[in-house]
Amino acid sequence: MGFFWTILVLIVLLGITWRYLGAYMAAVFEGRVQFLAWVERPFYRLLGTGEEHEQTWKRYAGSLVVFSAVSLAIGYLLLRIQGSLFLNPQHLGAVPPALSFNTVVSFVTNTNWQNYGGETTMSYFSQIGVLTVQQFVSASVGIAVAITLVRGFSRRNSPTIGNFWVDITRCLLYILLPIAFLAGILIVGQGAVQTLAGPVTIHDPLNGVTQTIPRGPAGFMGAIMQLGTNGGGFFNADLAHPFENPTALTNFLYIWLTLSIPFALTYTFGKMVKSVRHGMALAGVMVIIFGCWVTITAYSEHQGNPAVVAAGVTQTNTGNTEGKEVRFGDTTSALFNTSMTQTSDGAVDSATDSYNPMGGFGALTGMMLGEVTPGGVGSGLYTLLIYAIIAVFIGGLMIGRTPEYLGKKIQAREVKLAGLGALVMPLIVLVFTAIAVSVHSGRAGPLNAGPHGFSEILYALTSQGNNNGSAMAGLSGNSAFYNVVGGIDMLLGRFAIMIPALGLAGALAAKNVVPASLGTFRTDNSMFVGMTIGVVLIIGGLTFFPAVSLGPIVEQLSHGRFF
Amino acid sequence: MILAQLRRSAVAVVLFTLVFGFLYALSGTGVAQLLFAHQADGSLSAYGSTLIGQNWATVRCPGHPLGSCVFHGRPDDTGPYAANPKTHTPGGDNPLVADGVKGESGATNLGPRSKTLLKDTRALVAYWHALGVDPTPDLVTTSGSGLDPDITPEDAIVQIPMVAKATGISPARLRGLIAKETSGPQLGFLGSSTIDVLALNEALAKLR
Repeated sequence: MGFFWTILVLIVLLGITWRYLGAYMAAVFEGRVQFLAWVERPFYRLLGTGEEHEQTWKRYAGSLVVFSAVSLAIGYLLLRIQGSLFLNPQHLGAVPPALSFNTVVSFVTNTNWQNYGGETTMSYFSQIGVLTVQQFVSASVGIAVAITLVRGFSRRNSPTIGNFWVDITRCLLYILLPIAFLAGILIVGQGAVQTLAGPVTIHDPLNGVTQTIPRGPAGFMGAIMQLGTNGGGFFNADLAHPFENPTALTNFLYIWLTLSIPFALTYTFGKMVKSVRHGMALAGVMVIIFGCWVTITAYSEHQGNPAVVAAGVTQTNTGNTEGKEVRFGDTTSALFNTSMTQTSDGAVDSATDSYNPMGGFGALTGMMLGEVTPGGVGSGLYTLLIYAIIAVFIGGLMIGRTPEYLGKKIQAREVKLAGLGALVMPLIVLVFTAIAVSVHSGRAGPLNAGPHGFSEILYALTSQGNNNGSAMAGLSGNSAFYNVVGGIDMLLGRFAIMIPALGLAGALAAKNVVPASLGTFRTDNSMFVGMTIGVVLIIGGLTFFPAVSLGPIVEQLSHGRFF
Repeated sequence: MILAQLRRSAVAVVLFTLVFGFLYALSGTGVAQLLFAHQADGSLSAYGSTLIGQNWATVRCPGHPLGSCVFHGRPDDTGPYAANPKTHTPGGDNPLVADGVKGESGATNLGPRSKTLLKDTRALVAYWHALGVDPTPDLVTTSGSGLDPDITPEDAIVQIPMVAKATGISPARLRGLIAKETSGPQLGFLGSSTIDVLALNEALAKLR
């Protein structure tokens, strides 16, 4: 019964943020929100730019790439010298080179894959000055790219698509900062730690045990890491850790924060292209696929864990308790996990590695569908628009007309860019997985034997290729091989999709609008929703089915066998 | 052109680091310490943190098996080894160090068809049976953080015979204690009913 109410309240809250946060974000990017103009202006003065400096898509992409490269370089440097910097009460030394590379790439690409344990590797300086900063910035970059694609549809005959610096600054100041700050206060009020004092050692006279408890500024990091669909927590256990996710309420709040912007951006899209129905159609695609995956995962996790059942313990009422916290329970943990793998968040409040085979299947395939339902902040919308363009193209082929989407003709160039954007992710994930299982250093990674070991490898490269960051954490990812291959996987998964998306934005913005006629293929009705769902499922399903059948599906079918 | 972009990017990274890194985290810490100092510092008392589970398996109970005179949390972190007197590895819920064992928060990460998980679970079932307890699932499985501070009322109720025998407190009083320490779902629907094991054992110590 509790789970039913959890879902219902979540739907209501997401409905509210969809409508009002969506409209607010449209106003922000159209420059109609001004209350922080006194902060904005000095920012632009320092950066030597401003709203009046409109950029072509190539300039925009150039700014984005150079900015990301500089972020990578500075972040890498700071991690390498953290031992000599302040805010380091545990006196932690430099982060090793390969791990620094993987980590900084991970945070700049909004992935937050973590090959390190936060409490034993990162100083407070690094957590604040490198990781938290990128949780803000990488989220704003993703949203900015989505907005340019929206402008591609809303502008006519325009050579430019906006200004990169203005877009990210507005996103940071007006959207991410205020919401994260308020959420941070709430999260700490529930019990998350937020202190600069180091670990504390306590001897408990009741049991004679001495504990050294790590602490740190975790609560506010939790707020932005979820709002920005980053997902990289302060502690090794991520959001299973009671110091960052102390109660069922914070767990629920984290789910809402994560889903709010990706869903609301479809309203922003509808508002900016002056057809909220089109935004609703995209939201419909998201809701339907998301609902199916929550059902699969929650049902699976409500079953007993095969190993625990075989040891003679019945789990009829509790579901699979291995790797789950008592305060969250089985179905809500499954909802949390689905929310984090269908976005690009990747936080965990329970151990995905110990999920039942079909629960692991739900998390893995959620990422394989390209994270469009609702996807990461920004990346969800621009990737779904790429799929929508493919759906429009297929629809156009069926009725034998040049396809249009929102009055923009979808021609060879657009379809090529969309095809590129859709195929990069499966390509890198499958090629890197093939390499990992072929070389010794790749096969040395998994903790578990049998099909689950393969799942761990596939999961890691899927997660990084999709900039998700969720892990089947049994994989020992902190090796030279996984740090480097994972880093490349994340870079390609981010920029090889973003740049075609920007190209698409440029190509569309330059076009005029053709008026709709009777023969126009409708892109705001249930038929179109169905076609787009079909495209998402076919691209994800056909490309990944063979790989998935070697992992979770074999595991599910191995009744009575243990590895 | 590229030089101008590089300079602008470097300025942006420094500016964003100051505002969205340090200003955000430090002013957040200030507000948190002002409004919720107890929570922000880790909900600490003289006994530990109510949010971080502890190891109760090695408590000395004169005349009775180790750990039988207190309620146990989940067998976290080092799993069944926590309860293995043969290897003398204490384990239990140890965030960084408990009794000298180093570690990070985290789960066992054993898959659902893992032989090791099967073996560990069997060992835990045997451990509980030796203490006269018919264990619930939570008591033989580890949590996601390895630090789970809570158990459910059912997990506490099955431990009543063990605790009653070792402490001499009547089962009826223990049941009353458990009921008193149980918190229902938050806002009536979020999560399940939970009991904080540290708070429960503090209350138990007062009864004795």
